[in-house]
Amino acid sequence: MIESFLDPAGPIAEEQLWHLIKVTALTMVAVLPVFVLVPFLLWRYRYQAKRPDYDPEWERSPGLEILIWGVPFAIIGVLSFMLWRSTVALDPYKPISGTEKPIKVQVIGLDWKWLFIYPDLKIASVGELAFPADQPVELTLTTDTVMQSFMISALAGQIYAMPGMTTKLNLLAKGTGTFQGENTQYNGTGFHAQKFRALSMEGATFHAWVASVSAKGRLLDEPTYGKLAERATAKQSKAALGLSGAPDGALYFTLPEADIFQTVLARYRSGQPMMAHEQPGSPTYRPSGTGQ
Amino acid sequence: MNEMSSWSWLTGRLGWDSFPMVLAYQNPALSELIGAGAASLVVFGGLGAIILLTWFRLWGPLWRDWLTSVDHKRIGIMYIVLAFVMLLRGVIEGALMRTQQAAGLEGGFLTPDHFAELFSTHGTIMIFFVAMPFVAGLINYVMPLQIGARDVSFPVLNQISLGLTATGAALVMISLVVGQFSFGGWTAYPPFTGIDFQPGPGPDYWIWAVTFAGFGSTLTGINFAVTIYKERAPGMRYFRMPLFTWTAFCTAIIMVFAMPPLTVASLMLALDRYLDFHFFTNDLGGNMMNYANIFWLFGHPEVYLLVLPAYGVFSEVFATFSGKKLFGYTSLVVATMAISVLSFTVWLHHFFTMGQGANVNIAFGIATMFIAVPTGVKVYDWMATMYRGRIRMTTPMVYAVGFLILFVIGGLTGVILANPTIDYQVHNTLFLVAHFHNVLVPGVLFGMLAGYHYWFPKMFGFRLDEKWGTRAALLWIFGFSFTFFPLYVVGLMGMPRRTVSFDNPAFEPYMLVALFGAFLILSAIASLAMQLFVSIKNRQATQVFAGDPWDGRTLEWSISSPPPEYNFALVPEVDSRDAFTAAKAEEQWPPDIAEFEDIEMPSNTPIGIMIMVATTGLGFALVFHIWWLALAFLILAVGSVLIRSFQLDTIRIIPAEDVEREYQIWLEAVRTAHSVTRDRETSSDNKGAAKNALAGGPA
Repeated sequence: MIESFLDPAGPIAEEQLWHLIKVTALTMVAVLPVFVLVPFLLWRYRYQAKRPDYDPEWERSPGLEILIWGVPFAIIGVLSFMLWRSTVALDPYKPISGTEKPIKVQVIGLDWKWLFIYPDLKIASVGELAFPADQPVELTLTTDTVMQSFMISALAGQIYAMPGMTTKLNLLAKGTGTFQGENTQYNGTGFHAQKFRALSMEGATFHAWVASVSAKGRLLDEPTYGKLAERATAKQSKAALGLSGAPDGALYFTLPEADIFQTVLARYRSGQPMMAHEQPGSPTYRPSGTGQ
Repeated sequence: MNEMSSWSWLTGRLGWDSFPMVLAYQNPALSELIGAGAASLVVFGGLGAIILLTWFRLWGPLWRDWLTSVDHKRIGIMYIVLAFVMLLRGVIEGALMRTQQAAGLEGGFLTPDHFAELFSTHGTIMIFFVAMPFVAGLINYVMPLQIGARDVSFPVLNQISLGLTATGAALVMISLVVGQFSFGGWTAYPPFTGIDFQPGPGPDYWIWAVTFAGFGSTLTGINFAVTIYKERAPGMRYFRMPLFTWTAFCTAIIMVFAMPPLTVASLMLALDRYLDFHFFTNDLGGNMMNYANIFWLFGHPEVYLLVLPAYGVFSEVFATFSGKKLFGYTSLVVATMAISVLSFTVWLHHFFTMGQGANVNIAFGIATMFIAVPTGVKVYDWMATMYRGRIRMTTPMVYAVGFLILFVIGGLTGVILANPTIDYQVHNTLFLVAHFHNVLVPGVLFGMLAGYHYWFPKMFGFRLDEKWGTRAALLWIFGFSFTFFPLYVVGLMGMPRRTVSFDNPAFEPYMLVALFGAFLILSAIASLAMQLFVSIKNRQATQVFAGDPWDGRTLEWSISSPPPEYNFALVPEVDSRDAFTAAKAEEQWPPDIAEFEDIEMPSNTPIGIMIMVATTGLGFALVFHIWWLALAFLILAVGSVLIRSFQLDTIRIIPAEDVEREYQIWLEAVRTAHSVTRDRETSSDNKGAAKNALAGGPA
């Protein structure tokens, strides 16, 4: 499982790593002289050296000052240009141009797992995010609890996900592979366990995966979603819901008619107050329909 | 929660389960025992202090000379003592977190909640109760002396600011013993710190600690800025001010503009939690993005507010210990001002990943990188100051050199993080943690420690031990490097911050190296304590009452060490930069005073300590919803200010004879102290007279 963009598996992470290398190299122009000159100056002008060129009044040198201001300005000027170009090019909201139509996934952050909804395929999963290799993936994210930050480092950077709001992230994997996905924004006791597998598959394997999720998945109706939204890691939720069949740490669901993603978003925009016991992620949350 | 509802009017939500010692008794797991141990340390530490004070009959002097004093020098020292006490707790917490993560491969010994409390208190303490009081303390002590003033403009307000800062620190300490602190980190992002997700007292502790301390800092900023505007000695034009004073000036202005957003953000969060407002909640139109926005509108200028005075200290240290004028004074002043202005234009880089458009990120990314220009200028100006100098490697210089080398690495990673493209990857990882420690430890903390060594002889009249000082400095430098460079690597490898455990075995070796670094930092703290002990023991041999142990260049060295309460028997007249160096060169020092005058000084007042007690009680009562107690302490706070306002007798006169007598004693000390050459400055020959026109010794 690849965990970092140091080992990039897609064009975005590749560009990000390359940008890191370029910025580091260019900034070194100003940094390296410090490493060299400080020890040199300390030795050459040490008190015991009693050098004849000691000059307590020397405080100004127009040429040196121009260099001291000019070089950093020039470096930062070049870096700014690079920053501008790369920020536009790698905007996470920008669709990735590809020959194939992007696959759409809706992501809901819960405490402490991510729910992936494939609206066009009528399935959903927790703990596994599968998609076909070399095909753009278009993620729309929100949460049904506190703020979280979604990242699959080997493919693309992170984006915050917040309740009542949506953010977007576009990514693409070159070839097949398994990559770690995670939440990087602290959200409580199970934060460290909020990881998942991102699976980039051959087209045929992906279709088989979809079929398997459809076959094994439980219907994600309101009570099931309510129970899933309780504070628990993916593993704990799997046990609590009594799900089996899916691979270790993964939960499979099929979608009901109702649009879960829009329902979750709309709850926060209803203009009605939300009691703590209705709020997933709250320690006093009680899912509706459980009679507690 | 508290089940004894019939008593809840009396005790609010305070119950037996609020005490970690009770919890540890019920569930003696290691994590709980550590909590209880920490609580006992606070309780026994407090008791120990009370017993020692009583035993040595020090309550009287403590009250008369310190707690009720409005002397900027004593207030400055009290700030620094507070910073050191809190530094001890902050470092121990940091080391504990390093230990947990070193053992954190699929486990460890701390519960996730305990770990969350640790990173929240560690961050809150280090920023608000170590860095801020250290900076405020050093400026308080040094700045009025450097500009030739007798005190700050508002001495009583100064005392109240200290009281409010101490309130915040006290609340964080109390949270160890009663209840628990927030899990929400030092930034306390809602909705996680909202009432729905953390209904307990934790975030309330954070809110009131930061609100009171932040308000105190706003007042401090006003006080410093007005002091520099109005209290400069005749001839001390802006472009003759020492660089430390310049940085204090810029810091004061940043404080005035940057602290109010913090107070606003924390009070809005309080309104959400106490009165069911919906500024930052998930429902009813609340928007947590607005919190991030307001918080960082404070938070980013804050780090420059902290680091500028450190730059000021280094400017003094490089010039003094290179025996040379500061290179590029005007450049350094312009760079300081440029940083102050730019510091308000970059806050959005703390949330590049919040989903705003690329153009917004580009604007703030470029603004952020441009801060590197004036910062780089400063680094090269300091190097040019050493060029053609005669450099003495005293302890402050060891810190300064360590700073130069390490800080440029922090600058490099800062430029890296300023690129949204890369920030998308390394935000919220240990790379970010390594970066801000890289600027706050070698930058702010080394600066403050260098300043502590440099000005200690001025504060107490004797020098600190050089051997232990150098050891501590080297341990800090290597301790920092071993602790935080591995974190850069694991951050790039994808390890998120604030994670209690992890499952990637590749992180483990780096965590072990970082643990070794934490051990070195603990040794550095121990060396600082040892140094203080040894120095106090040997204080007779290192007396520098004559006042100028380092061949200083600025006015604070032209008076006795420690200085008299009124600082200057005769307010100096200034006609150049490095006023004291000029006076020594022209043999205008010590000054001949034809006629001594009565000096008017503000008299002592207990208002600061009253405010501190009242606001600490108010904060505690608010945290535990004990409304009657909150009202009582609120009345006490407001009442003390009202009573103080009706007090007319607020000054006392120091008669001219007393001033003259003290001046003659000092003159005698200057006369008898033989001046030493600079290679003997750390020996016991150094009695604080660098050049001595009176004794006619070697220059």
